[in-house]
Amino acid sequence: MAAEPTVLPEVATVYWRPRADGDRLDRRGRLWMFATAAHIVPFVLTAALLSALSWAAIPVALLCLAHAYVIPALYAQRGANVVKPKPKRTNAAAERTALGLLGDLVGHDARELHAQTGLVIERGKLGTWLVGEAGALLVRGRKVWCFCVRVNDPDLPGADRIAHLLLALRTDEQGFATVANLAFAGAPFRVRARMGAPMRLALDRAAKTQR
Amino acid sequence: MSKLVRMDQSGHTTLAEWTAGDPASVEAAVQAFREQLDLGYFGMVSTGEGHAEQVKELPVDAPLVILRLPISGG
Repeated sequence: MAAEPTVLPEVATVYWRPRADGDRLDRRGRLWMFATAAHIVPFVLTAALLSALSWAAIPVALLCLAHAYVIPALYAQRGANVVKPKPKRTNAAAERTALGLLGDLVGHDARELHAQTGLVIERGKLGTWLVGEAGALLVRGRKVWCFCVRVNDPDLPGADRIAHLLLALRTDEQGFATVANLAFAGAPFRVRARMGAPMRLALDRAAKTQR
Repeated sequence: MSKLVRMDQSGHTTLAEWTAGDPASVEAAVQAFREQLDLGYFGMVSTGEGHAEQVKELPVDAPLVILRLPISGG
């Protein structure tokens, strides 16, 4: 078989990025944690200070607290959005055909989970992946990394888009994480709260594999 | 019988079917495979559970070769 070394060809399109590996992902995860703290701590401290100084400053203090809550919440929402289902642009027959091929690529459990949640679970060396139509979540230890990544044809059936990402992931997991854009990294509960109810099941299942 | 399928807007399309003992069907499949590579598709074969490899020549002994489009960060 004329197999190539397992390097995703798309990595060449992001040549300036260092190749993702476990250490780099963990480092980026810590950076996200610091960035979140940097959004929360100063505003909470300011709110406390303003409240201590004067009752009249309480409305401003409340605004500071709102800011401390909303900005990290927006980042977490951005993370959850990567696996949000996309509007269907293809007919039902194409979806069924695509589902058949995707079903051939994954095992029974993953097929069942996909039917329930729209996400395909895939164990990798970096962690456990949940692959959606236009993004993927990586559950690694106690954190989740949310990646925006897609196939460049919006008219493909949803299952085909997942199959594209799945094959790329299986070819070169680190390359896949390199090509994908990181939208969020943080505690799974922050993303979970902003996902649709069925998808939470998939995230719970992935988190369970990491315990 | 091996298959060459392309993931496309119809779900997927079977572009060629061949058996290793039939040179004519192999030749037609190789030709179809090369045409798709020229169009920008990547050839993929599954190599066990959770693993896949990119191929630049049609692996005649593979039961299923899938053609996919490039991916990119969203």
